[in-house]
Amino acid sequence: MNLREQYVAFMTIIRKEIKRYLRIWTQTLLPSAITMSLYFVIFGTLIGSRIGEMGGFSYMEFVVPGLIMMAIVTNSYSNVVSSFFGSKFSGSVEELLVSPVSNVVILMGYVVGGVSRGLLVAMVVTLVSLFFTDLTIHSYFIVVVVVLMTSTLFALAGFINAVYANSFDDISIIPTFVLTPLIYLGGVFYSMDLLPEFWANVSKLNPLVYVVNAFRYGVLGVSDVSLPVAFVMIIIFTTLAFTYSMHLLNSGKRLRQ
Amino acid sequence: MFKILLVIHKWYRVWEEMRVQLRAHVSQTAAHEQMIPALEIENLSKVYDNDFEALKGISLTVEPGDFFALLGPNGAGKSTTIGIICSLVAKSAGKISIFGVDIDKDFPAAKRHIGIVPQEFNFNQFEKGLDIVVNQAGYYGLAPDLAKERAEKYLRELGLWEQRDIPARMLSGGMKRRLMIARSLVHEPQLLILDEPSAGVDIEMRRSMWDFLRRINAQGTTIILTTHYLEEAEALCRHIAIINHGRIVENTSMKDLLRQLDREVFILDCLEELPPAVTIEGFLTRRIDDHTLEVEVQKGQNLNVVFTALDVADIHISSMRNRANRLEEMFVNLVEGAA
Repeated sequence: MNLREQYVAFMTIIRKEIKRYLRIWTQTLLPSAITMSLYFVIFGTLIGSRIGEMGGFSYMEFVVPGLIMMAIVTNSYSNVVSSFFGSKFSGSVEELLVSPVSNVVILMGYVVGGVSRGLLVAMVVTLVSLFFTDLTIHSYFIVVVVVLMTSTLFALAGFINAVYANSFDDISIIPTFVLTPLIYLGGVFYSMDLLPEFWANVSKLNPLVYVVNAFRYGVLGVSDVSLPVAFVMIIIFTTLAFTYSMHLLNSGKRLRQ
Repeated sequence: MFKILLVIHKWYRVWEEMRVQLRAHVSQTAAHEQMIPALEIENLSKVYDNDFEALKGISLTVEPGDFFALLGPNGAGKSTTIGIICSLVAKSAGKISIFGVDIDKDFPAAKRHIGIVPQEFNFNQFEKGLDIVVNQAGYYGLAPDLAKERAEKYLRELGLWEQRDIPARMLSGGMKRRLMIARSLVHEPQLLILDEPSAGVDIEMRRSMWDFLRRINAQGTTIILTTHYLEEAEALCRHIAIINHGRIVENTSMKDLLRQLDREVFILDCLEELPPAVTIEGFLTRRIDDHTLEVEVQKGQNLNVVFTALDVADIHISSMRNRANRLEEMFVNLVEGAA
């Protein structure tokens, strides 16, 4: 296939993915908006008013970037994991496997589909957050770059999960038992300064710490970790996830017999 | 300005259609003229991870334009062979070329020549039929406008255009199978592989599907068919290979295969009650019930002798039929012989 044909195939996968999550918007877009509204009400308004300041900002201002990032992470991840596993389960992944489309196009098509859902949900959550606080952006450039990199990273992670999953249980195990704890322990609701030194160091193994703090820096201009370190860590994790995803596709592991 | 853009767009579509058709035509003509096989398999082997040897070095050639049947009992290796041809199964050894393109050297180029209709429904049941076909065209690099044109063409030809906006899960079994045929043809492959296309399809639908397949075969598409309906293979195919326990046990033309039959068994329905023992000199007979007689006729024997003998015995025949499909008997003999 020439480059133009690969581009057509790439756009076809993206279009199919976007159509899919828009068709079931009550399952894909609405829950995040409702959940985040509840977080804003409970943690931001009710509890947050008693907490006072965190990192030099009101608690509501502090949690908003983390909650937006949480929506991006969960949505970009769950879009790819559910869509790709669904196509594996129904056998429709064979439509792609028998076609001449290259593996990198398949992967990037699904990843961009996941990224687009992450971005759409981020916009919805940001709009909801404006009902609770005034949002001023410290650096639009950093915000955009971090959002794109993070959603790409977690879309890739979702792809790896989907390839290994054998049942619908397997696609909820990682989000429930790994992703959610990492998000909650990634500094969405608190500053790393509150942790004892040991646990603060342990937290540095958590990729969500870099993601949340880099995004918070883009929005508020403050971060618990150095911005270059956060970028380097996100790039390393993304490169590893991309390389492994390509390895899975090229080897045909769990996709071809 | 808008009009100019529309004209450019229109000409681009015409060019795109011509380019795709020209490429297919050149490739098909070259294959016919140079007699490049549509499919060439050499010493193909497959050993699965559980050490099951599904294919034991099979070799097979399918000529361009042929209508080829690949038959075999369940587990014989048919689906493994098809899986390897379309890249869903990795081969252990051997070589496969599709219209001269070695899959080890350029699998994407080889895949462009193939359309596959699998045994199981393998599309997203929640998608609309039109979307399924258009998306498949996109995976082959067909621009959206051309993809929609082709999807309409094949959905209409297969009688699914009225159902194009219905989610696939709501289609009947026969419609789903025709949807998979439309999907497999949307990039206009030169080699169409159908794995059990008639499974779950009613007789009327099966006949119309046969007509459609004959038509596209007459237009130059090479077709390979696996089926359990041996009547289907006999009605459609010009060449046949029988695979059993991972080996090709027969590979010949349908005519030659049927010529090898040295006996046929006929069932005669009689008007009068048959005597307890019916004997016809030179023929093996078996009384099935009071009004039904089975007669075995060896190759070269005169069937009139049977009728004359029964007439003399005052037994009159109301109807007559083969005990089994001729090909079925041959198939059973070959498979049992190789077992």
